[in-house]
Amino acid sequence: MVGAFQDGDGRPTLGNLDALTSDAALSALKGSLVLSATTALIGAALGALLAYLVVSLPSQSLLRRTTLAISGVLAQFGGVVLAFAWIATIGSVGIVTKAMSDVLGVDIYGSGWLFDLPGLVVVYAYFQIPLMVIVFAPAFEGLRPQWREAAVNLGASTWDYWRHVALPLLTPAFLGALLLLFANAFAAYATAAVLVSQGQPIVPLLIRQAITSEVLLGQANVGFALALEMIVVVTIVMVAYNLLLKRTSRWMR
Amino acid sequence: MTPTRTFKVVRAVLLLAFAAYFFVPLIAMLDFSTQARGSTEGRTWDNWQFMVTDEDLRSSIIASLLLALFTVVLMVALLVPTMVWVRLRVPRARGLVEFLCLLPLTIPALVIVVGISNVYSWVTYLLGDSPLVLTFAYVVLVLPYSYRAIDAALSAIDVATLAEAARSLGAGWFTVIARIVLPNITGGVLGAAFISVALVMGEYVFASLLHFDTLPVAMAGIYRSNPAAAMAAALASMLFVALLLVGLTFLSRDRHRHDQGAS
Repeated sequence: MVGAFQDGDGRPTLGNLDALTSDAALSALKGSLVLSATTALIGAALGALLAYLVVSLPSQSLLRRTTLAISGVLAQFGGVVLAFAWIATIGSVGIVTKAMSDVLGVDIYGSGWLFDLPGLVVVYAYFQIPLMVIVFAPAFEGLRPQWREAAVNLGASTWDYWRHVALPLLTPAFLGALLLLFANAFAAYATAAVLVSQGQPIVPLLIRQAITSEVLLGQANVGFALALEMIVVVTIVMVAYNLLLKRTSRWMR
Repeated sequence: MTPTRTFKVVRAVLLLAFAAYFFVPLIAMLDFSTQARGSTEGRTWDNWQFMVTDEDLRSSIIASLLLALFTVVLMVALLVPTMVWVRLRVPRARGLVEFLCLLPLTIPALVIVVGISNVYSWVTYLLGDSPLVLTFAYVVLVLPYSYRAIDAALSAIDVATLAEAARSLGAGWFTVIARIVLPNITGGVLGAAFISVALVMGEYVFASLLHFDTLPVAMAGIYRSNPAAAMAAALASMLFVALLLVGLTFLSRDRHRHDQGAS
């Protein structure tokens, strides 16, 4: 059944692939890559921090279980609702915007940055951080206290322990999670579609323009070519992810 | 290692900061959705009532709920017999089935839309243009999640023995699946259903690009004319989905507890 749908996928001629090197397509690809990389890095760093904070709580703590449950919900959270939530927060009449201008006299809305790439970074972080927490918390939980005790017994300071034991163990898991977040941001569409109404800063929006355009006919095939481009990027990321996953599973049992 | 006092303070501050980042937008939505229209002061629930009174919004909510229902029914009807059959008769095909089911997870939804937009022009031609035809696409979309939930439940029971016992007592394959296996994996099926409903309620990519009026599409449309009502609908759907997902975590926790009790 899945296969049947994939058959409908574009069989692009070389002409459509040429469209990929147009200025619009290249800048959209660049925008997408920058956006995905930035949000993956921010999400991974903050998510790892939050995961560490949560895991350092006692394992029966209510706060710990609630945070993990909320993360599970928020990581699935996206699309139209998320876009609305941020418009209500830092849109032109959002509560934070109003509070800031009332109290501090600062205009954080500016010239509408929320509706362009920088805004997307803030908004995407909202689901990237929780995703990182649920992906990465098990890695922290896998760090056995015995390893730390062993290191301390051998005369290691806290810094030595993190530098020589914990970080090397966590690195593959961290990189793997980073790739997962990258693919997640790269594939996201709905939030951006609602927020960004002018211009096509990222590939998914360019595809929307290509397949829904009423001005230019025959753009659908360009959409296929762009979709192919997305598949290529995601495939590369996923292959790398699987390689890292194999390496991670050596220690995280 | 007991955490030091400084660490505890820093941890509390950081956790509060994260909580603010995650909850302020939700509170902002609530605030926005209860504002009276125009420049009048005060609070009102009119925007929440709009969900019931507005024709378009109401029909889109009904469409989304029906879609969720049909998707779940079709998903269970397809997935459970297939997975039981594969487990019992063709274990070699298991890897293939797993690969096919997890495939939609790695391909961006947008790419699938681009791929099936041609297929859908035929589907709408044959079956009419009710949003409910999206069921077929959504079943594919929820496959990865449902597969995992049902697979975990099936692994926990001894399907082969159950099926052989039932068969030797004269049960047909339909009876085996519907009356023997299904009651034993209720937890997994319920979990799969919850996550499917959650996904379908929030799905925007397929519906908007194929031009069907489901709830998220209607919300995005109404936002232009009546932002507050759109916010109210968005918050309501978000709460509904959150409830389902929290229920899901409780379901899986209960299952773990049972497992531990049995072993």
